[in-house]
Amino acid sequence: MVHVRNRTIVMSEPVFLPAGDTALVVQFGEAVDAVVNRQVRHVAAKLRELSLGGIVDIVPTIRSLMVHYDPLVTRSSELQSAISEILHHQHEGEDGYRLWSIPVCYEGECAPDLESVARDMNLAPAEVVRGHTAEPQEILMMGFLPGFPYLGLLPEDFDVPRRFEPRVKVPARSISIAVRQTTVYTVESPGGWHLIGRTPIEFFDPRRDEPILVAAGDRIHFEAVPIAEYEKLRKAVEAGEYVPVVEDIAPGENA
Amino acid sequence: MSGLRVIQAGFAPTLQDFGRPAFQNRGVPVSGALDPVSLRIGNALVGNDGGTAAIEFRMIGPVLEVIAESVRVALVGTRAGIVVEAGERVELPSYQSVTLKRGHRLSVNPVTDSGAAYLCIEGRFDLPAVFDSLSTYGRSQIGGFQGRALRDGDELPLSLNEVPERGELRLENPGYLDADGPIRVVFGPQRDYFTDESAAAFLTNEYKISREADRMGMRLEGPALEHARGYNITSDGIVTGAIQVPGNGLPIILLADHQTTGGYPKIGTVISADIPRLGRLKPGDKLSFAEVSVADAEEARREQEKDIKRLIASLSPAAAWLDEAALYRENLISGVVHNVEAV
Repeated sequence: MVHVRNRTIVMSEPVFLPAGDTALVVQFGEAVDAVVNRQVRHVAAKLRELSLGGIVDIVPTIRSLMVHYDPLVTRSSELQSAISEILHHQHEGEDGYRLWSIPVCYEGECAPDLESVARDMNLAPAEVVRGHTAEPQEILMMGFLPGFPYLGLLPEDFDVPRRFEPRVKVPARSISIAVRQTTVYTVESPGGWHLIGRTPIEFFDPRRDEPILVAAGDRIHFEAVPIAEYEKLRKAVEAGEYVPVVEDIAPGENA
Repeated sequence: MSGLRVIQAGFAPTLQDFGRPAFQNRGVPVSGALDPVSLRIGNALVGNDGGTAAIEFRMIGPVLEVIAESVRVALVGTRAGIVVEAGERVELPSYQSVTLKRGHRLSVNPVTDSGAAYLCIEGRFDLPAVFDSLSTYGRSQIGGFQGRALRDGDELPLSLNEVPERGELRLENPGYLDADGPIRVVFGPQRDYFTDESAAAFLTNEYKISREADRMGMRLEGPALEHARGYNITSDGIVTGAIQVPGNGLPIILLADHQTTGGYPKIGTVISADIPRLGRLKPGDKLSFAEVSVADAEEARREQEKDIKRLIASLSPAAAWLDEAALYRENLISGVVHNVEAV
């Protein structure tokens, strides 16, 4: 498969890697790359449309696809044939997606690492916030915890390593950055990324009909709100009176 | 309130069924029984569908009091056997259904032969499913009883207040518990992140399960494996049985509660037919590995499925424990008589 953007990138053919007898990996590359990631998600969506018997789940990750299957119903060899077929019919258009508007407070207690990470990036804190809110970010994959998204790719300034000392407790709804990616901590958990903000929105709430808010391929536009607005929104979320804004973007359409 | 009262929880018992395999794409771990084969057999003994949630525990089982009119239970995954206290104390074997009445107490002998045992209960727990499953996933506090392991004093609601009267069932020989030989693995997805010498050493050496073993994974002690290309990869998907090798070179086999993605190279994957056996292993147990192909692994799973169906079809009638209690008394008396005669 050859992709041409503003510069020519020649990618190797995706390869099938064995993962036992209940999963199969389709690897599109080894590094983090936005084009590779879109291809992963495109093939995942096409495979889902086929509704093949025996497929238990299709998990797109940053640079590969894991297909979980039931070996009592299908076989790895059969799935590889079906996936090869999809790979031969690659199209170049952009897939549709859901676009979320998510308010974030980038101030005070909401942003314990903003100043230190801005120093690491040789930027002013306000410039970090501008970089984080300028463009909608794509969900490259879901993982780590239920409903936990990894988004990117942020501008090159954001290519900072994780914290030297991970935190034992990252507060729920923290927005973090590292390695040109950004995440939302769904619940309180340990974590090693830099915390630059906090959203009032619950990305995981087992009491909701749809406990998980987002999926791989969705995009999120983070929008800075002052702390007073954050607190107001948080009360509204807790009272069940605030639903985040989401828009369906059709294939090929630009937000 | 009908159901079971937890008098003593024992060692971190959780409710587990077949888990939630279809939500990994949203970051939700599968969870579910470490030994799904035993779960199926136990459920068959009490007349349930194979994937009905049961109480999973290791080493020390719970002490339960019946607060429903009656319940039917079976202990599987171990040969430890249960103890019923109903005015008198009666020991009963594993792999046999037992009906208990209100006020009876049930406990389990210490489980020394297995790392995962199950108390299966007829009917179902009257608790809400989360992502289509009752499996407890403690880290996110979902499923099971209030999203956590059982504690002293919990009252577990059951769908049946009274179980139908019928003959009890037993499995005569749970010989599947004795399966031995190497654990079979398929190399990959990141076999190429290890030197050939390491891959060979992995297959020829014996490993020991360390004390750091839980529902998420088991760390192994043994020869460290050498990475050929570093030990960080761009995170990719994880399947149950994946053998990941972090920087120290010591393999970790990922089990039911593993995260859905991860960034360590995985040298191989334990085949699905050997996952239940792996689930029954416990800290201190030794194991070795043998390589098989994907096609062989798929075939092994199909063969195992036939064996499980045969086992379930072979369940035979068992005496009700009240009759056994009578026998037990008789034995005691004749034993005493015998001793007297011997003097």
